[in-house]
Amino acid sequence: MARVRIQTADFDVAAELAALRDGDLGIGAVASFVGTVRERGHPAGGEPVQALELEHYPGMTEKSIEAMIDAAHARFDIRGACVVHRVGRLLPGDQIVLVAVASAHRGQAFQACEFIMDYLKTQAPFWKKETTPSGARWVDARVADDEALARWGIEVANAAGR
Amino acid sequence: MPTVHVRYFAALREALGPHETVELPAGSTVGALRESLRARGGHHAELLAAARPVRAALNQVVCADDAELPEGAEVAFFPPVTGG
Repeated sequence: MARVRIQTADFDVAAELAALRDGDLGIGAVASFVGTVRERGHPAGGEPVQALELEHYPGMTEKSIEAMIDAAHARFDIRGACVVHRVGRLLPGDQIVLVAVASAHRGQAFQACEFIMDYLKTQAPFWKKETTPSGARWVDARVADDEALARWGIEVANAAGR
Repeated sequence: MPTVHVRYFAALREALGPHETVELPAGSTVGALRESLRARGGHHAELLAAARPVRAALNQVVCADDAELPEGAEVAFFPPVTGG
């Protein structure tokens, strides 16, 4: 099973987790994160989001996420990880992204899952465009996401800086 | 003169189109490329203005302005990323 998939189709979390475990009896923990389309974007209380269009940079997206998974393997004692990210037109409530990590014990799986997600938010080339009743607009990057990655000792300037 | 394949994404793609090919003197950097595109004026000047947060990737790896362009380089310009 590929470690990274970019697709327009929805994904089945249970099937993805089963594929990640793939009969490895050394696994004692599987942690996963699913990001979904919120009806109220940032700032909360703003206009309702009617649809979300996700664009990406084919080739660089897969390469950059593969590198993030490699970094997670170097930093944590994990036995496997996978990322599925959707692109195209999504609606409120739809699943956007799955990050799943398998390890012997839960601590490393939880941490590696958060690490990959923090990395992905600031370094994987995806862009979101929201459609609201007053029109469509590109979503702004958030400094808080840069700060989340900084907790792991990785300094980036995605949202911050010129 | 080395040929550079330039790609744009998100708001930059909407204004400038998905890609174009440009020729630059040997030894040029990503920053010099951005400057020469800006010098065309119009949407290029506006979208690639120095004050705007524009990120760049060289051959599909995020890079700094001083990265040198090899022959046949693929350079992408895009806004801060917002996936996940």
